[in-house]
Amino acid sequence: MTTPSDNLTRRRLLMALPLAGAGVAGVAFWKMLDGMEHGSFNPHDINAPVLDRPVPDFTLAPLPPAEGFTTQNLQQLDKPVLVNFFASWCIPCLAEMPTLMTLKDKLTMWGIAYKDKPENTASFLRHSGNPFTRLGDDHTGRAGIEWGISGVPETFLVGAGGIIRWHTAAPLTDQTINKVLLPLVQRLQTP
Amino acid sequence: MTIRRKLAALVAGLLLMATPALVLAVDDPSEMLANPQQEARAQAIGAQLRCLVCQNESIEDSSAGLARDLRRVVREHVAKGENNQQVMDWMVSRYGNFIRLKPAFSPGTLLLWAMPVLALLGGILTAFLFYRRRAAAPPPPPLTEDEKARLARLTKD
Repeated sequence: MTTPSDNLTRRRLLMALPLAGAGVAGVAFWKMLDGMEHGSFNPHDINAPVLDRPVPDFTLAPLPPAEGFTTQNLQQLDKPVLVNFFASWCIPCLAEMPTLMTLKDKLTMWGIAYKDKPENTASFLRHSGNPFTRLGDDHTGRAGIEWGISGVPETFLVGAGGIIRWHTAAPLTDQTINKVLLPLVQRLQTP
Repeated sequence: MTIRRKLAALVAGLLLMATPALVLAVDDPSEMLANPQQEARAQAIGAQLRCLVCQNESIEDSSAGLARDLRRVVREHVAKGENNQQVMDWMVSRYGNFIRLKPAFSPGTLLLWAMPVLALLGGILTAFLFYRRRAAAPPPPPLTEDEKARLARLTKD
């Protein structure tokens, strides 16, 4: 048998439910925004389904005098290589370059110029420095589609045998490199 | 004469209002396939593919560079005679399920797809329990003499 005061308590509890719901949603949004600010959450980061899959078939135009590369070159790797899509017209790529320059002694990097004019790519690399030991030109963006990129910069870590081990659709930062990328490279190189 | 003119203006106005719905982002007629059936199929596939740059538009609606490239790829595949499923699979293998504007039915999306039915069943169950409890509840106890007197006082004129 419920008494009127029981009913009242239940009503109060029911009224608190929407408030509690709003509170939970508020905390969730706050965490999301906080993550966006600190780089741990990026709503535009599309999780490409390429992880642990072989590199796709793609073709790149040469960018002389740099040595180009092919799918076969990646499949024949015996240690990890970082493949970076960049473009001279892309501001985040320009911002990323100093970070890549500090990384070039620790990790081999091959670059793909995405939808760029060769002369613009050349002057971009002259100004920002060239961290890439090999370079290819994806003038049409078709190789980018094969890799599943949605913009530049995007970076893939290709391990031995041409298997994609890591991917990011955001500019590389020192934090990502030291906390995620280099430890992973370390793990991949120790049998 | 004036009525005719008004009618003409009305028709023109209606046509203008109707055009935005017809305009797709295909900014160059040379993008379109010569075969109208294949083109219609390519548009139907493209309307199901998310533009990964704008994220809430289909590649047929978006004028982003990547959307244009993907439209071209879809048309290449359609012209080669692939069916809709094959083109969709090609896209999903590169861009993941995110590229589908309509989520595929899979164990991961089961809850999503079942939600309307679950919500309806939940509502029916709640309503059923609520009415059953109300029907089963005993009638409220009769008023005491005091309450009766108070009620009489309150309702008196």
